[in-house]
Amino acid sequence: MWQVIYEELREQGLEIIAVAFDTGGRAAVEAKIRADDIAERPAMIGSLMGWDDALWQRQAPPTYPCLIDEAHVLAERYGMTNVPQAVWIDEEGRIVRPAESAGTIDMVRHLDRETLALPDAAVAEGAQARNAYIDALRDWVARGADSAYVLPPAEVKRRMRGPGEAEVNAATHVKLGRYLFGAGELARAKRHFDEAVRLCPDSWNYRRQSMMLDPENVGQLNAGPDFWAAVDALGDEPFYAPADLTPAR
Amino acid sequence: MTTILYDERVSDVAAHAEGEHLWLAPDALEQATGWKLEPQGLCRGDVCVQARDDWRDDAGRVDLAAFATHLGQPIIRDGDAIAFGESLATRRDALLSTLAPDFTLPDLDGRMHSLSDYRGKKVFLYSWGSY
Repeated sequence: MWQVIYEELREQGLEIIAVAFDTGGRAAVEAKIRADDIAERPAMIGSLMGWDDALWQRQAPPTYPCLIDEAHVLAERYGMTNVPQAVWIDEEGRIVRPAESAGTIDMVRHLDRETLALPDAAVAEGAQARNAYIDALRDWVARGADSAYVLPPAEVKRRMRGPGEAEVNAATHVKLGRYLFGAGELARAKRHFDEAVRLCPDSWNYRRQSMMLDPENVGQLNAGPDFWAAVDALGDEPFYAPADLTPAR
Repeated sequence: MTTILYDERVSDVAAHAEGEHLWLAPDALEQATGWKLEPQGLCRGDVCVQARDDWRDDAGRVDLAAFATHLGQPIIRDGDAIAFGESLATRRDALLSTLAPDFTLPDLDGRMHSLSDYRGKKVFLYSWGSY
């Protein structure tokens, strides 16, 4: 989907790098981005992610790099806890906006769990949030450091999640789980991903990875009972905390 | 044989687990972790850590578990596989700066890409799932 934005902004100096966190590796990722598959994606997913119809109709296979991070290394280094999230990095390699929802809001809450239908009002709200986020991105590309959406270093640091004991222990469990997965030890691997989820309950990347280690689930949009139970357990906590686009100055 | 996951290394080495201890001969230690036993301590690159007496046994082996604990590294064990994680201090140091951590990862065709290849461009780095 970001291909449309890429074609618009790359002449102005924007590069896009997509990263998939998937211990299932290339096979699990590849099926999701090949051209014939893209055309078959249900429009519901577009609405869920806040893409309006005009953009969704123009989706095309990405020409920017789509990387695979089997070890969730970037998720840990950049504090990414869910997908889709994005980080803005300037020409000098500095983070000017740390990991945040890439314009997607809490649409999952409005989804009818039987029919996977979304109410119109929720679709409109999602598209509005998405468009505001893309406008902020356009502003940064056009104005660079003068953009109001470039955060000062102190604010970048404040927003970045400093890891605690739980995070480093969870990362070590993921490391071991990933090795065991590669060695064909699925059940043992899953135990370590489950433990990472227990240690970092707000990491949706770990949570989905744990669920997706069941081979029949690889490559599927997860909306099984485990997923909904976890969403319900959030209570009032957001699933996708919206990007805070308040101008920095 | 014990499988040791240390940094990006995965090594099968002879190791003797004994309670909380994990004894490795110095050559196995170096193979598995890059830490080398020198007269001044355990050294890797420019860094040397003075070895404590109780990290060594009579056979000259080194207790990797005690050493890693001293460095603050989490240790997770499952059967014959043992993973050593990054210490909190290492992770926090990385966050003291707003410099984006570099990485090198393969794309779907196996070509490697590094963030540093993009210096001089604005980069929109976004995560997505295949799930």
